[in-house]
Amino acid sequence: MLFLQQLVNGLNAGSVYALIALGYTMVYGIAKMLNFAHGDVIMVGAYTVSVAMTTMALPPYLSVILSMLICALLGVVVEKIAYKPLRGSSPLTVLITAIGVSYFLQNVALLIFGSNMRKVESVVNLPTVNIGSITLTGESIATFVSTIIIMICLTLFIKFTKTGKAMLAVSEDKGAAQLMGINVNKTISITFAIGSALAAVAGVLYVSSYGFVGPYTGSLPGIRAFVAAVLGGIGSIPGAMLGGILLGIIESMSKAYISTQLSDAIVFGVLIVVLLVKPSGLLGKKRNEKV
Amino acid sequence: MSKKKVAEKVKSAVKNKNLHTLLITVIAYVVITALISEGVLSRHYQSLLVPVGINIILAVSLNLTVGFLGELTLGHAGFMSVGAYAGCLFTTYSELPKWVEFPIALVIGGLVAAIFGIIIGIPALRLKGDYLAIVTLAFGEIIRSVINDMEITGGAGGLKGISKYSDYTIVLIVIFLTIVIIRNLVKSKHGRAICSIRDNVIAAESVGVNIVFYKLLAFVLAAFFAGAAGVLYGHNLGILKPGTFDFNKSIEILVIVVLGGMGNITGSVIAAVLVTVLPEVLRELADYRMLIYSIVLIAMMLFNASPKFRAAKNLVTSKIKSGISFAGVKIKSLFIGKRKGTR
Amino acid sequence: MALLEIKNLGIAFGGLKAVDDLNLSVEKGQLYGLIGPNGAGKTTVFNLITGVYKPTQGQFFLDGENLTCKSTMEISRKGIARTFQNIRLFGKMSIIDNVKVGMSNHHKYSVAEGILRLPRFFKEEREMTEKAMSLLKVFGLDSDPNILASNLPYGKQRKLEIARALATGPKLLLLDEPAAGMNPNETGELMDMIRFVRDEFDMTILLIEHDMKLVAGICEELTVLNFGKELAHGKTSEVLNDPAVITAYLGE
Repeated sequence: MLFLQQLVNGLNAGSVYALIALGYTMVYGIAKMLNFAHGDVIMVGAYTVSVAMTTMALPPYLSVILSMLICALLGVVVEKIAYKPLRGSSPLTVLITAIGVSYFLQNVALLIFGSNMRKVESVVNLPTVNIGSITLTGESIATFVSTIIIMICLTLFIKFTKTGKAMLAVSEDKGAAQLMGINVNKTISITFAIGSALAAVAGVLYVSSYGFVGPYTGSLPGIRAFVAAVLGGIGSIPGAMLGGILLGIIESMSKAYISTQLSDAIVFGVLIVVLLVKPSGLLGKKRNEKV
Repeated sequence: MSKKKVAEKVKSAVKNKNLHTLLITVIAYVVITALISEGVLSRHYQSLLVPVGINIILAVSLNLTVGFLGELTLGHAGFMSVGAYAGCLFTTYSELPKWVEFPIALVIGGLVAAIFGIIIGIPALRLKGDYLAIVTLAFGEIIRSVINDMEITGGAGGLKGISKYSDYTIVLIVIFLTIVIIRNLVKSKHGRAICSIRDNVIAAESVGVNIVFYKLLAFVLAAFFAGAAGVLYGHNLGILKPGTFDFNKSIEILVIVVLGGMGNITGSVIAAVLVTVLPEVLRELADYRMLIYSIVLIAMMLFNASPKFRAAKNLVTSKIKSGISFAGVKIKSLFIGKRKGTR
Repeated sequence: MALLEIKNLGIAFGGLKAVDDLNLSVEKGQLYGLIGPNGAGKTTVFNLITGVYKPTQGQFFLDGENLTCKSTMEISRKGIARTFQNIRLFGKMSIIDNVKVGMSNHHKYSVAEGILRLPRFFKEEREMTEKAMSLLKVFGLDSDPNILASNLPYGKQRKLEIARALATGPKLLLLDEPAAGMNPNETGELMDMIRFVRDEFDMTILLIEHDMKLVAGICEELTVLNFGKELAHGKTSEVLNDPAVITAYLGE
């Protein structure tokens, strides 16, 4: 039974990673950049919900929507100010800028909210369910359900809407997409907006289970999700989902059966092994340079 | 010796970058010693000398993999930590006198890190770009969490009671060796092979460059110096904690390399000094310090991407370089002039 | 015996046979042309005999030595050098260093000798510089040897690539569309240069080209590829008048 309980825990954490990984992967697919600041959007989302519910006394669902809007806006603004001028420069420059943005967000949060952890009320109001000896908290039920809904919606959005198809086209070939009359800038902005809104949801779910938020709350799940995105094949949306869930399960299993201390090492070890066997990740596209 | 030959010798000596480096190192040593004895350098700034030097070593060595080999690595702090623990454990357990055991510790730290350099270099043969960056990051994190879990390293509590051997003299010596070794390598056929891999790996292979060997060589050498820097670090603070060598430390070094210019050793040195000293200068701003740092970082990257700024930066570095060689000419001519007089 | 002997060489990408059962032999000192419509598999042949791709059938020999499963690096050291259709120089290195990289395998000193600046370093470096300068001179690139390769104009980049390939001291030189993007004047100059290289360096050259003026002007023998298969081969004048070849190029 311990195994099943750990599986549930793993799926819970994995769903959150998958949601964050989606943002990483979408941005990578379109802007070909590793957005290191993505993890900190989670933290912004969590603080926003907390402030909305306690200080502004908004109902949970409105708080979540507000948080998504603010994060989406943040994503777009960050892209416009920091990343857009760097399009076409070396990946390293973009990477360091993204890290700079990450430090910036963390330190702004530090100045506003201080270094103490802030208690966050759960946005979920569902009872805990016991199936046999397995405990399903309201938060995990909400996490599963919302992750599944979001993934279905996102897949449909990309497959069937004009904007979604434009995103695919831009990620395939920016130049050609532009020639076909696609507004590349707008498409990139939309991608950042969606990715950041998803991170907000992930942030809300994460701190609802965890109970607290601090300026550095985003960095750990951020890095995990980043690993998940790469594991699944960065740029691939189903890959991000798969990578996230797998990572969550591996993490909770190694915590339960091997060592809590070494769970990080195991997660990263799995990543390295996967990349050595399949250099573009589980579902990533292999790109060979033409000679 | 004919006049022409002497002239040629002088010319090559003036151009000899190793002599420049030696000269600058000696000048730096004299200036620092003078400033300390005159009491110009406060205790606080004195305590910065060793960290600045360590960052110079780290940046110059990382430049070998990032700038010359062209592989993005995010695990330099991992090499540093392995070397630091190996070297510090050695001096903790050995009972040799300081001037025997410390150099040995530096070499041990370097060698152990170099072994890890091979281990991390192997994936680099298969992966490139962002994927390699992730794998090196992952390696760094694995090393950190394993050290955290080990008993001999003191775990999360840290390794305590390390002799405080590091001072600016030894650091300057190691800096000098790092720069000379890496620059001499880069300016040899082996360095050209490394740079050719960066510029076009397919073409490099087609002219017979041994990609496997040179990639590993760059990784191993970079790791070696990072390990030695780690040993200096441990013997400066007297305590090692695994948390110090996290991803943020790797990023800090990477930032120095990028700011100084990829493949620009002089630039790495200057940037290392700036990036280490700047936050200390901003210390009075307390809470705003890191905020300003992040804004400066973003602004620098944005400026760096603009062609105008880059031209200005190149102008400044070339001015500095020509200044140095001008000083070299002056000093050399004094020296040669004297010798001619005695003959 | 021929210098380059290709026997039943082929490669399939999935189901597509990019090169199929190719036989070809180039005699020492020959100027041999490999022509065919776009997508016929010409560059793939180059990639096969330089080890970039591993063949799924057949073998090839240089000077009687089977090089079929060797790596690109080994093949280069055995004496096959090439240029690329889309120029691949070491852009951030000076042009003399580009050539010196090609020479590395003939001028040996260890990493330690390089770092410690031992006598052998100076000796070998001096020799390399001299040789590289004389090679650059052949191609008219010696005026500023320290200019970065990426700053050269297009035509000179093509020349530098040939110089770099020659620096490896090859027995066989492969030129992949050397005249691509050149105007008729430059092409004429290039033809003279290729002939000069063959005579001066005693070189065997296999080249891919679309410019029929160049092919007819300098190649002694031709093989025509179409859909990965040999369509015709023989003396240049005969092949170019072959009705099957004309149809393949011009369509029905």
